Amino acid sequence: MDKITAIQSRFVPMPIENIDTDQIIPARFLKATTREGFGKNLFRDWRYSDDDESQPKADFVLNHKIYNGEILVAGKNFGCGSSREHAAWAIKDYGFKVVISSFFADIFKDNSLNNGLLPITVSDVFLQQLFQLSPADTLTVSLEAQTVCIDKSGQKESFEINSYKKTCLLNGYDDIDYLINMRAAIEQFEQQVA
Amino acid sequence: MAKTLFEKIWDKHVVKQIEGGPSILYIDKHFIHEVTSPQAFKGLEKRGLSVFRPQQVVATADHNVPTLNQHLPIKDELSRIQVQQLIENCKKHQIELYGLGHPFQGIVHVIGPELGITQPGMTIVCGDSHTSTHGAFGTIAFGIGTSEVEMVFASQCLMQTKPKLMRINIEGELNKGVVAKDIILYIIAQISASGATGYFVEYAGSAIRSLSMEARMTICNMSIEMGARGGMIAPDETTFQYIKGRQFAPSGESWNQKVQEWSALFSDTNAVFDQEIHIDATAIQPMITYGTNPGLGIAINGFIPIAESIPDEGERHTIQKALQYMGLESGKSLLGLPVQHIFIGSCTNSRIEDLRQVALLVKGRKKNAHVQVMIVPGSQQVSKQVQAEGLDKIFQEAGFEIRQAGCSACLGMNEDKIPAGEYCISTSNRNFEGRQGAGARTLLASPLTAAAAAITGVVTDVRELM
Repeated sequence: MDKITAIQSRFVPMPIENIDTDQIIPARFLKATTREGFGKNLFRDWRYSDDDESQPKADFVLNHKIYNGEILVAGKNFGCGSSREHAAWAIKDYGFKVVISSFFADIFKDNSLNNGLLPITVSDVFLQQLFQLSPADTLTVSLEAQTVCIDKSGQKESFEINSYKKTCLLNGYDDIDYLINMRAAIEQFEQQVA
Repeated sequence: MAKTLFEKIWDKHVVKQIEGGPSILYIDKHFIHEVTSPQAFKGLEKRGLSVFRPQQVVATADHNVPTLNQHLPIKDELSRIQVQQLIENCKKHQIELYGLGHPFQGIVHVIGPELGITQPGMTIVCGDSHTSTHGAFGTIAFGIGTSEVEMVFASQCLMQTKPKLMRINIEGELNKGVVAKDIILYIIAQISASGATGYFVEYAGSAIRSLSMEARMTICNMSIEMGARGGMIAPDETTFQYIKGRQFAPSGESWNQKVQEWSALFSDTNAVFDQEIHIDATAIQPMITYGTNPGLGIAINGFIPIAESIPDEGERHTIQKALQYMGLESGKSLLGLPVQHIFIGSCTNSRIEDLRQVALLVKGRKKNAHVQVMIVPGSQQVSKQVQAEGLDKIFQEAGFEIRQAGCSACLGMNEDKIPAGEYCISTSNRNFEGRQGAGARTLLASPLTAAAAAITGVVTDVRELM
């Protein structure tokens, strides 16, 4: 898994609540058997009319070059619905490293953390402040310090993260490495309950 | 110390508690399907590992399969490759596969319970958010991502943080025409599509106790639609009677011992929940959704909220955006709205009891000429039962089309899709934009309400036909 450290970047604002994983990546694009290439179809039906890549929808934020960067900022209850990890893969593959919202769906949050995509929960008030910024404004995210900073004003918001997960992300470890090393203890557990 | 049902099962499955971090939770059963498993198998192989406990994994093909001519090769190349990959992966790793053509094939959350694989007290996972369905048997069952599928392959364990616990008590007798789907749509409308995020939910109360296992599965199935990681119901005599005699159920002396163990699975009287909600069952009417998340539902004889008068800006925008997509108006009733499609199926409502309810209502009636009606049984075994009971004749005479088992038009992935701009009353679980096909407009409802609309061609209060 990729390590996450400090990120300074512009951001893409998506002030919509309850963005479900069917919007992030529609089911018809889940037929691949590898993890790569899903970014092309990120928000597919919000990006294009009639599923035609030559017809980008003018009102969708990803179709405006002025909005760019490695941080996606979205309304509350982001990633609800289907457990498809393809949603996290698509966001990462498109180029985002961080998603900021005031509330994440549980499975999406876990899927993101398992893929080195950092989900950051901020207060509703701070989220609304982010939506008020201009496209040229940048944010600095520090996982080490657990803060998001609006560079222009210096305003900072702290965020929570489980200390175990933080260590994993900073070092690029994944749960699976830990679990494989636990196999002996797991076998012992199985014998005890049998 | 008094414990909740959840805690009793959870505590028995913790292999290790990491300080300041998650628990290592042992998983009893792992269901897999073709869509969320291939990358997990690849990851495992990349690490040079084999599946740690293949006998605790059960596979089926459901999301990406056609519901017509299942004996022929799948037409869509990518779907065919994905299903083929599952066959090869299961063979390589010695995993039991109930694939296309197998008499046990079907929607993963239908076959687990009907085969008696799902049993009280278990921990169950699957790369599918509707895994919560199995909670109806008093299990901790939840959906996981593909990385987690790989973890369970590698170690039969997951790293999990204990969720908060919520109990939803539903007391009282149900009104005429009200079934399990209405109960859960009502609950989600009350607490919103994110009202239970971070929680694991236990459903309790006299209204729940009176329900069949099929009905309990419908309720637990949609727990994720209010954000809950899972839902569960304490096992009782209804549960034991359902399991008894099924393919993989315990038998003989082992059966008695199991029933004794299972009988201890309930929340103790003084057990503490982080949140409790009380619902009056008599307040529930047949429900239908008007919006693009499952929380946007109303009583069938109610009115769509007036979006402009909603004070919260985010919620107002959500409803305005939903109404625009759905082509519906604030303040209006849905009764009388012409619909073009009826879909009766999915892991929410494709079990034999659902189809019996539909058959009872449509017997001797014909569908409206302007609607297409598709019935998709949840499994090969349900299909067989439909024929054995002669329900297929009733459906055929009504002009309904009966398909073969699969997820079908629930998710816009396989061949079964709803055309853009058209309305579908669906017994499935999600009404998200494009869920049933790009531009499709989904109205979620019970099998009874769906059947009523099939007869009339418009949104109908089923009680008028009863």
